[in-house]
Amino acid sequence: QEPQASGLPEYIKIVEVGPRDGLQNEKVVVPTGTKIELINRLSKTGLPAIEVTSFVSSKWVPQMADHKEVMRGIERHPGVQYPVLTPNLQGFHSAIAAGATEVSVFGAASESFSKMNINCSIEESLEKFGEVTKSARNINIPVRGYVSCALGCPYEGNVVPDKVAEVSKRLYSMGCYEISLGDTIGVGTPGSMKKMLEAVMKEIPLSALAVHCHDTYGQALANILTAIQMGVAVVDSSVAGLGGCPYAKGATGNVATEDVVYMLNGLGINTGVNLYAVMEAGNFICTALNKKTNSKVAQASFSTGTIN
Amino acid sequence: ASGGYPKRVKVVEVGPRDGLQNEKNVVPTPVKINLINMLSETGLQVIEATSFVSPKWVPQMADHTEVMQGINKLPGISYPVLTPNLKGFQAAVAAGAKEVSIFGAASELFTKKNINCSIEESLERFDEVMKAAREASIPVRGYVSCVLGCPYEGKISAAKVAEVSKKLYSMGCYEISLGDTIGVGTPGSMKEMLTVVMKEVPVGALAVHCHDTYGQALANILVALQMGVSVVDASVAGLGGCPYAQGASGNVATEDLVYMLNGLGIHTGVDLQKLMDTGTFICSALNRRTNSKVSQASCRL
Repeated sequence: QEPQASGLPEYIKIVEVGPRDGLQNEKVVVPTGTKIELINRLSKTGLPAIEVTSFVSSKWVPQMADHKEVMRGIERHPGVQYPVLTPNLQGFHSAIAAGATEVSVFGAASESFSKMNINCSIEESLEKFGEVTKSARNINIPVRGYVSCALGCPYEGNVVPDKVAEVSKRLYSMGCYEISLGDTIGVGTPGSMKKMLEAVMKEIPLSALAVHCHDTYGQALANILTAIQMGVAVVDSSVAGLGGCPYAKGATGNVATEDVVYMLNGLGINTGVNLYAVMEAGNFICTALNKKTNSKVAQASFSTGTIN
Repeated sequence: ASGGYPKRVKVVEVGPRDGLQNEKNVVPTPVKINLINMLSETGLQVIEATSFVSPKWVPQMADHTEVMQGINKLPGISYPVLTPNLKGFQAAVAAGAKEVSIFGAASELFTKKNINCSIEESLERFDEVMKAAREASIPVRGYVSCVLGCPYEGKISAAKVAEVSKKLYSMGCYEISLGDTIGVGTPGSMKEMLTVVMKEVPVGALAVHCHDTYGQALANILVALQMGVSVVDASVAGLGGCPYAQGASGNVATEDLVYMLNGLGIHTGVDLQKLMDTGTFICSALNRRTNSKVSQASCRL
């Protein structure tokens, strides 16, 4: 797509990760009916992609134990993608059986993180994902690849941009159509975001890149702005900023979709998303979770009773 | 464009004034003094200490003279105070102030509701302050409120912001701090506003004062930096809610700003750990949680 006069993309695809990444990192286990209701509401906001659930063993992630029921229970709106996480071939088969038409796999740019998270090396994890992408290719299922710890690791600290580029390239060459670069612990800043993207952009076409920024240090929107100034046109976010950071107790995690849309609206960038509808969905899930929203736009708007 | 950034940024700490003024709990004088003293140890070069306004209007700032006289004034650090009129200016100077600030707004309705006169009249009132300041060789900083939106008027024209900024600058203010008073600005409106203002006021004399009410502050500041602005206002622990949106946040947190500037390799001279410790102190004294995400994340309790 052509850049605007401002140099920014004209359209940005927002990938809503609230129902999966968000809820997975919330303490309160949410009933299946509530999850389905949330996703159905999000489907009406104009969001083009909503990450629904994770086909991971319920032993590891109790919050996602109802993955089949959720997948089968949601309304599927035309033009909306409903990707699900599939950590391995078994999860992949289960996902397809439950009606999934897009899947995601998660790599990491840090060996320690990979070991602590999924008990294997980066290389071993990529081999597993290779099996998934191979099967997916056979039945025309698109696969999205995530790279965690793109701007820092809770165990290793600093992460080298070239490592991020290397893992991204592996995922891309095995068939992932899009690589979402995750600032897993939110330590990134516009400085490190720029350096990392420069390295990755040498290996992956810009149109195949997404950023998944966490707001743990309040840097998410500044980091997203930096990424879109460099031409990235896909941004992950979570309604109401659902999902705290498992590595910093009490700290926030995902950036709030409402706050991202507010910024993109102000930049004249088209997203197709109705901000008010997202705020309402956010209000619904926060009420269900009995928690305050992490979205500043939602906080401010509900206080004043006006949408600016 | 996302080309260069300034090598150095001056951080203007407004917590003790703008921050505390917008906190519900009235803070005892010794706590205010300790706050400012702790801030003086962090490397911050400018700390807005208090406001010489009538205690009838702003009870939180009633102890302005005691605070001004009680703080350690470290060499190399400036302790500006607000002076809404000549009387306040005189009281400030008598109490030892060496720098003052005056406030204008880019919105007629806001000015009317806030100080019951027009923008033009408000600036005329400052003529006498400017004259007295000039005679006493006291530098004056000018603030412009509502630069990216007004709680009453809504959208604000960049031309109006430029007009008021230019007026304050020609009156003799050495620096103009452009305030997104209700935090509605985005990088889009920030860029548009600055483009117009920079035609009237040199960028070296501009500062941004962003509120984080809609979570946009750091992104807005980033754009301002990209356009050459190198002075940024912030409030330790993000003190100071928004008086126009109950429960919503206001000032951007100094810790979060410094974290970003550090990441960009921009020099501020500020010690982030000492700053966080100061934030912890004042939040404890106010019995409230910090608004700084950096502080929240770093807390391993």
